[in-house]
Amino acid sequence: MDWINAIIQGVLLGGLYALFAAGLSLMFGVMRFVNIAHGDFIVMGAYGALLVVSLTGIHPLWTLVLVVPGMAALGYLGQRLLLNRTLGDDILPPLLVTFGFSIIIQNVLLELFSADSQKLQAGWIETASIPLAGGLSVGVMPLLIFASALAVIAGLQAFFYRTALGRVLRATSDDADTVRLMGADNANVFAIATAIASAVVGIAGVYLAIRTNFDPAVGPARLLYAFEAVIIGGLGNLWGTLAGGIILGVSQAIGAQIDPGYQILAGHLAFLIVLVLRPQGLFPKMKG
Amino acid sequence: MAEPILTTTGLTAFYGDFQALFGIDFEIHAGETVAIIGSNGAGKSTFLRAITGMLKTPGQNIRFLGRDVGDAPAHDLVRAGLAMVPEGRKLFPSLTVEENLLIGGYGRSGTDWTLEAIYDLFPILAERRRHGGTALSGGQQQMVAIGRALMSNPKLLLCDEISLGLAPIVIKDIYAAVPKIKAHGATIVVVEQDVNQAMAVADRVYCFQEGRVSLTGRPGELTRAQISAAYFGLEDGEAA
Ligand SMILES: Nc1ncnc2c1ncn2[C@@H]1O[C@H](COP(=O)(O)OP(=O)(O)OP(=O)(O)O)[C@@H](O)[C@H]1O
Ligand SMILES: [Mg+2]
Repeated sequence: MDWINAIIQGVLLGGLYALFAAGLSLMFGVMRFVNIAHGDFIVMGAYGALLVVSLTGIHPLWTLVLVVPGMAALGYLGQRLLLNRTLGDDILPPLLVTFGFSIIIQNVLLELFSADSQKLQAGWIETASIPLAGGLSVGVMPLLIFASALAVIAGLQAFFYRTALGRVLRATSDDADTVRLMGADNANVFAIATAIASAVVGIAGVYLAIRTNFDPAVGPARLLYAFEAVIIGGLGNLWGTLAGGIILGVSQAIGAQIDPGYQILAGHLAFLIVLVLRPQGLFPKMKG
Repeated sequence: MAEPILTTTGLTAFYGDFQALFGIDFEIHAGETVAIIGSNGAGKSTFLRAITGMLKTPGQNIRFLGRDVGDAPAHDLVRAGLAMVPEGRKLFPSLTVEENLLIGGYGRSGTDWTLEAIYDLFPILAERRRHGGTALSGGQQQMVAIGRALMSNPKLLLCDEISLGLAPIVIKDIYAAVPKIKAHGATIVVVEQDVNQAMAVADRVYCFQEGRVSLTGRPGELTRAQISAAYFGLEDGEAA
């Protein structure tokens, strides 16, 4: 029973990892661009939620209403005004610039909020759980996060495959230059991609703030989980990213079940095994 | 006579330090079909890329539909009514045939060309609509590329070597579409290495050589000798 429970918890945790990873996967897919500050953006979303709660006193989940559009707007402007300038044939400038962002964000958060560990209190919903057969139960909050991850990925998938703008984003991933001949402005398309990714980052940030303790320095580890989930799932495939998140979550849960000290290590091991056996990931990009 | 739909005056173009075009004077009137011929590396594709804004031509003298567009970015020009079938087709591999066509209409103005009209023009594409864009024969891919450009309802359609690498029978099919495209009101520029094909389809011909216009005129008025000289630059002695 302990093992089944661990696996269920791992799957649900995988939902959070998939939320961490979806934005990274999307930006890489559209722009071939790895955002080193991705984890710090998630933490920024968490602090955004903290700020909204401390200013207004609303329930942490309601902060999504402000944090998600706020992050999307920041993402659009950041891409349009700064990151677009770094894109070109050379992949190094965006890496260096976002690495710089990572350090700046950590330091600004440190200045504004100190190094103290924070957590948002979500009240009854945090402790509530739904009993399952055989004495097992699942927490309402982890379930909500997992359902959100499913909804986000299904929503993104529908957007990519059923809308004109989604089609432009997929085409941009194939050949950004030729998309210009379709009447689409690369600078705007890239900014839209980052805005969507940042909206997902906002969701991930709010859930991070509710589910775990966080401080200004936890971003890079979130980046690592996101990165591992993307690679395990296969680049450019959002359902693969969800699967990657789940595999990471389950590996960690199994590791923790063997010995609490093995939780993180087990996740990295799963990543390494996939990387060695299937470097292209388990579910590489599907054709439209 | 009305102002040409497109004019370039003294157009130059560079790749870094390398100069590819040396002062091209070009014009095309509404309803005309103009062919650009010339050997490999003459600058034909560069010329089309410069007109469409795919290659930057800051401050240069390009007029399209009465507007100075030397500084206009490609996406702007497409919205203004310029479309290009690029060299090498450049279909989007992750999109289906139908999606490749639909994306051509992304920035469109007007509603002249619809999916149905494209499938009328190239019926084989209707059968292949759900296939991946690059899972087709070369000729079918070329049809998709042409259809994709038409979906933006262009006033001026630029076609870069639409017959390259295709069997003669397929080339015939593709060129059979040209009169139908013209009937929809588009003006057409075709870049062609096949001189006979170019002469057959065009009202007027420009021959490019080493980044310059070496000859221009109406097909009926040009002699074989003139064309060979302009095409190969016989003075150089080495016919490329
Ligand atoms: N991206 C580029 N960078 C540098 N030089 C280029 C580039 N593209 C073309 N050139 C050079 O510019 C000149 C003109 O090339 P262009 O492609 O316009 O010729 P073309 O007439 O279209 O030839 P083809 O019939 O082979 O398509 C050539 O000397 C070519 O080597
Ligand atoms: Mg060419």
